[in-house]
Amino acid sequence: MAAHLSYGRVNLNVLREAVRRELREFLDKCAGSKAIVWDEYLTGPFGLIAQYSLLKEHEVEKMFTLKGSRLPAADVKNIIFFVRPRLELMDIIAENVLSEDRRGPARDFHILFVPRRSLLCEQRLKDLGVLGSFIHREEYSLDLIPFDGDLLSMESEGAFKECYLESDQTSLYHAAKGLMTLQALYGTIPQIFGKGECARQVANMMIRMKREFTGSQNSVFPVFDNLLLLDRNVDLLTPLATQLTYEGLIDEIYGIQNSYVKLPPEKFAPKKQGDGGKDLPTEAKKLQLNSAEELYAEIRDKNFNAVGSVLSKKAKVISAAFEERHNAKTVGEIKQFVSQLPHMQAARGSLANHTSIAELIKDVTTSEDFFDKLTVEQEFMSGIDTDKVNGYIEDCIAQKHSLIKVLRLVCLQSVCNSGLKQKVLDYYKREILQTYGYEHILTLHNLEKAGLLKPQMGGRNNYPTIRKTLRLWMDDVNEQNPTDISYVYSGYAPLSVRLAQLLSRPGWRSIEEVLRILPGPHFEERQPLPTGLQKKRQPGENRITLIFFLGGVTFAEVAALRFLSQLEDGGTEYVIATTKLMNGATWIESLMEKPV
Amino acid sequence: MDCYTANWNPLGDSAFYRKYELYSMDWDLKEELRDCLVAAAPYGGPIALLRNPWRKEKAASVRPVLDIYSASGMPLASLLWKSGPVVSLGWSAEEELLCVQEDGVVLVYGLHGDFRRHFSMGNEVLQNRVLDARIFHTEFGSGVAILTGAHRFTLSANVGDLKLRRMPEVPGLQSAPSCWTTLCQDRVAHILLAVGPDLYLLDHATCSTVTPPGLAPGVSSFLQMAVSFTYRHLALFTDTGYIWMGTASLKEKLCEFNCNIRAPPKQMVWCSRPRSKERAVVVAWEKRLMVVGDAPESIQFVLDEDSYLVPELDGVRIFSRSIHEFLHEVPVASEEIFKIASMAPGALLLEAQKEYEKESQKADEYLREIQELGQLTQAVQQCIEAAGHEHRPDMQKSLLRAASFGKCFLDRFPPDGFVRMCQDLRVLNAIRDYHIGIPLTYSQYKQLTIQVLLDRLVLRRLYPLAIQICEYLRLPEVQGVSRILAHWACYKVQQKDVSDEDVARAINQKLGDTPGVSYSDIAARAYGCGRTELAIKLLEYEPRSGEQVPLLLKMKRSKLALSKAIESGDTDLVFTVLLHLKNELNRGDFFMTLRNQPMALSLYRQFCKHQELETLKDLYNQDDNHQELGSFHIRASYAAEEATEDQMRLLRLQRRLEDELGGQFLDLSLHDTVTTLILGGHNKRAEQLARDFRIPDKRLWWLKLTALADLEDWEELEKFSKSKKSPIGYLPFVEICMKQHNKYEAKKYASRVGPEQKVKALLLVGDVAQAADVAIERRNEAELSLVLSHCTGATDGATADKIQRARAQAQKK
Repeated sequence: MAAHLSYGRVNLNVLREAVRRELREFLDKCAGSKAIVWDEYLTGPFGLIAQYSLLKEHEVEKMFTLKGSRLPAADVKNIIFFVRPRLELMDIIAENVLSEDRRGPARDFHILFVPRRSLLCEQRLKDLGVLGSFIHREEYSLDLIPFDGDLLSMESEGAFKECYLESDQTSLYHAAKGLMTLQALYGTIPQIFGKGECARQVANMMIRMKREFTGSQNSVFPVFDNLLLLDRNVDLLTPLATQLTYEGLIDEIYGIQNSYVKLPPEKFAPKKQGDGGKDLPTEAKKLQLNSAEELYAEIRDKNFNAVGSVLSKKAKVISAAFEERHNAKTVGEIKQFVSQLPHMQAARGSLANHTSIAELIKDVTTSEDFFDKLTVEQEFMSGIDTDKVNGYIEDCIAQKHSLIKVLRLVCLQSVCNSGLKQKVLDYYKREILQTYGYEHILTLHNLEKAGLLKPQMGGRNNYPTIRKTLRLWMDDVNEQNPTDISYVYSGYAPLSVRLAQLLSRPGWRSIEEVLRILPGPHFEERQPLPTGLQKKRQPGENRITLIFFLGGVTFAEVAALRFLSQLEDGGTEYVIATTKLMNGATWIESLMEKPV
Repeated sequence: MDCYTANWNPLGDSAFYRKYELYSMDWDLKEELRDCLVAAAPYGGPIALLRNPWRKEKAASVRPVLDIYSASGMPLASLLWKSGPVVSLGWSAEEELLCVQEDGVVLVYGLHGDFRRHFSMGNEVLQNRVLDARIFHTEFGSGVAILTGAHRFTLSANVGDLKLRRMPEVPGLQSAPSCWTTLCQDRVAHILLAVGPDLYLLDHATCSTVTPPGLAPGVSSFLQMAVSFTYRHLALFTDTGYIWMGTASLKEKLCEFNCNIRAPPKQMVWCSRPRSKERAVVVAWEKRLMVVGDAPESIQFVLDEDSYLVPELDGVRIFSRSIHEFLHEVPVASEEIFKIASMAPGALLLEAQKEYEKESQKADEYLREIQELGQLTQAVQQCIEAAGHEHRPDMQKSLLRAASFGKCFLDRFPPDGFVRMCQDLRVLNAIRDYHIGIPLTYSQYKQLTIQVLLDRLVLRRLYPLAIQICEYLRLPEVQGVSRILAHWACYKVQQKDVSDEDVARAINQKLGDTPGVSYSDIAARAYGCGRTELAIKLLEYEPRSGEQVPLLLKMKRSKLALSKAIESGDTDLVFTVLLHLKNELNRGDFFMTLRNQPMALSLYRQFCKHQELETLKDLYNQDDNHQELGSFHIRASYAAEEATEDQMRLLRLQRRLEDELGGQFLDLSLHDTVTTLILGGHNKRAEQLARDFRIPDKRLWWLKLTALADLEDWEELEKFSKSKKSPIGYLPFVEICMKQHNKYEAKKYASRVGPEQKVKALLLVGDVAQAADVAIERRNEAELSLVLSHCTGATDGATADKIQRARAQAQKK
């Protein structure tokens, strides 16, 4: 069911099984029939861990969404709240419990805190007089959720904002806890590298937590060779640019959530004769996207311009395979053909889906506006005219294009110029406020605080130095058969991934100067292993690096890392972890101040 | 060897009883045992003696002394009794001494005479005084049962979790019962009492009369009753010298015995063991000890001294001023081996081994005999088991030697049983040593478990021995050495004469980073002893902040707790401390504390943002944080900072517009306000506003263009386009007209589009031919392909050819 998690060098199914076991154990603690009341935010991530069938096996009969006033009627013995430890949720729970019908059959209440039990929340429940009503109050440490064979995410939406805007390290603490869980399952990671303030803090917490567990010596043979912790604010640039890989574009245009995407249904209408297109489906088409689908695994990380040729080649192969049936003469041959049929039909279905998606995306990417936007982005990233007001951005504002798009471009310009000249910055701000409304001053303030949109300090633009040293702009990019990670943005090589690449070879010592320009400290820590657990690498065996993006990662960066993993002489394979899978739009949105 | 069974006494046909010496008592008792209140804890536990001066009629002039000894008579504690008259003493399962006073107050002392706590058995008991009291053990813990002066019973089944239960009244009870005891059935404590010829059973609701089945007639009073160690059996001693033995449920009689002694016995206790062959009771009088069971004859011993019986799981301990003995039914394995003329495999093996040591060939004969019967495995096992039941190390050794000898002739005999027995015996011999004085038998030891035994050693402050045992048995550190070290540390912190620094250093030196040691537990103990400074020092060594912080809070070191919580990175912990601080400090101090802890401050701000908006404002005020204060106000109502000056102006204007023109203007952005004005035909006003707010020309043009196109006011649009040269070019005009599907208007502007964008504009209005001409003229390859891609159908065929030709020409050149 989750076989795709075990395809990679590190079998992430082990983690999935571990968290599933923990869930089952908790459910079995509450004997009898149960209803689960969900904190809505958790349902998505939980879907990746346990389907309804698992819950059903453990006598979960009803599921509700957590909301105020009275609980819906349910003839069950146990009511279990699955919630994040948030005070406002505690108030709702208390309301639910207090309005429980006393005359009805007595029911047992339980709380499962995800991912951490909180004294603060329990105090709140106590103040509200309901703490005693709960028989089991436990925590379910679901920190890192396996998304794919090489990808883990905490799906913590507010992580970046909390860390960089509100100096709230909660998600860093959870990240550190998640890394401890990972180490318990996959062995101590002998070397930790990091860049950035948050990375430093996570490393400190890990070292501290290790000290707390001195009692239990970890005797698992280490799977990972290195851990690289990267702050998102070391590389603010990459997420702002439009991703140009297949998966990246799907995310940019339609948004991928918990590995699912919702697409306009028209293109997926079943082609039946005589229908006359009368009953076109109106509900969005929902597809799960992960490497369990063979075709998707092949094309997801390609530059979109290279996807078309793969699809047409595939189409030929498949139709040829279907043609085979005419050549099947003997019963044995027919039987063999039939046995392959399900696989072929699945492949054909998958091909049809992706052809439709590719068409949808192509409609967008061939539009003039997309082209103009991309041109401006690429100019900024290659360092052209970053220091003056950009005409295209002006036009976008004047035409009231979506605010997120405008902010994304302005921020990109600011980042590519190490901050904007005060005059330029003021101009943009005024334009935005006058056009979109003064309430957005709070959002602008947030962006400034996060370092995305700021005045240039000391009148020096460091970006060109960084760009040249790290070779962030590649003019000769090959989108079809890439030789460098820059293919994921058709020219721009993501800074974060370049840092990872340089760390593995030749090492960061070669770029000390640039590292000093980038914000936050860079460091290296060693976690000594007992002699019995030290790894002896076979010649030619690649190292495995766990790279953790604190504050989010984009699909394009994931694609670039996968590209590095597959390089024949790369020497390093990557497993990617993050607080949230995101793109520029969702990122900016998370930083926008919502009207109260 | 013949004399080995000399102290074996048969009872009936099946069982033997033997009595052997455990210790000659080390104590130097001044008074007779009979003058004292005596309490001895089971499982070889300590003995407490309190000379009872209150029994005498006259008030005591001297205060009595409470002495506590080990089972070997080593003094553990001695203290002057300063409280009220004591009725009864008893040991709890945790080896705490419970002293029941006449007024119903129970004082609890530790093994070393350290006062722990006290509790009362209730008002009723206080009023009517305590007549008699019993301490009993149940599976939940230790209970206290009280008989008051009003002949009512009150009991608590667990002193650890005190719940008093007053038992129902016995109807018509005028005098104290002649004897009574607590029973424990179905996890509930009952009281069985005898009044004259009647027996009553009290549970928490009812009082019922019970009659033992098969009780001999003629009983007019019960003098003594005894319940077995496991509450399974009951024995009754009547005034006719008759003993009834049966189940505690009083449903079944096991046997009876008439001893013909009518004097009330001093003590009567059961003497049996798990899987006993015989159920027997030991009855003690002043000078006589009798073991009776289902046999016509009893075993009799003469008591030289005043003695005291302590029932155990598998026998009875008997101590007097000079000696401490153990009386028990001989275990099966020992009986098989040592019984005279026994041919049991174990017995033969023991013989064989002895002959072997004598280098006699008989060894071989014996061995063969066992092997021929195929009983060698059994023989070895028997010897191992019997070794466990022997008290004397020389006997243990000779049995183990025999087992080891027999093992040599067996293939694949699993060694663990033998090894474990050697280990267990080594531990048992160590703790039975007279200096330690815990005379546990093998069965008791197994029942008690090594963990509890270690706890008891710790309780006796025998830390080195406990650690040695842990190391010897290779117990995991967390369960073993660490736990003991932690206990040692807890004891250490109570040494008031040593300075905080020294104690902390000594503890850290010994404990270091030993896994599983909880420094916070030790610190909690130090705090409990009033040594807060020491506790703080110890907490420094605690790596788990989750443990550190709550204790610091409890000790009112909130600020330290705050910095520790911050260090840990656990925000939940930080919040907990913050809320604690908030309640503890006044607002000003609280805010000052926050100021020094930026991380806590920002967390608290988040908390306030969601929970207490007003506090947030105060917080910003306190910090002189105008920027954030401004944002705060914007959030609440909008009003501060430079950009907002414009905004206020806009708001004023919008209000005026609403008054003068009607319609909705408030809350629109400036851009939308101007657009609305244009859409409403107020062009003058719109331009005025644009000027006032310095809207850049470019944006104004875009704005007007969009608004006019929306209105489809083509005339005004054309006028506007000619008002001056467009700062945004004319392509947008073409685009917007086409968007409104007005090709006619679009064409007007297409001609005015600059050369750079002309091709695009022409294509937009659908003039492919002209677009081709322009592209060819400009010799722009990209534009040529763009036009070509627009050539569709036959109509554009000529144009396409034209472009191809132009291309070919360009290539030639």
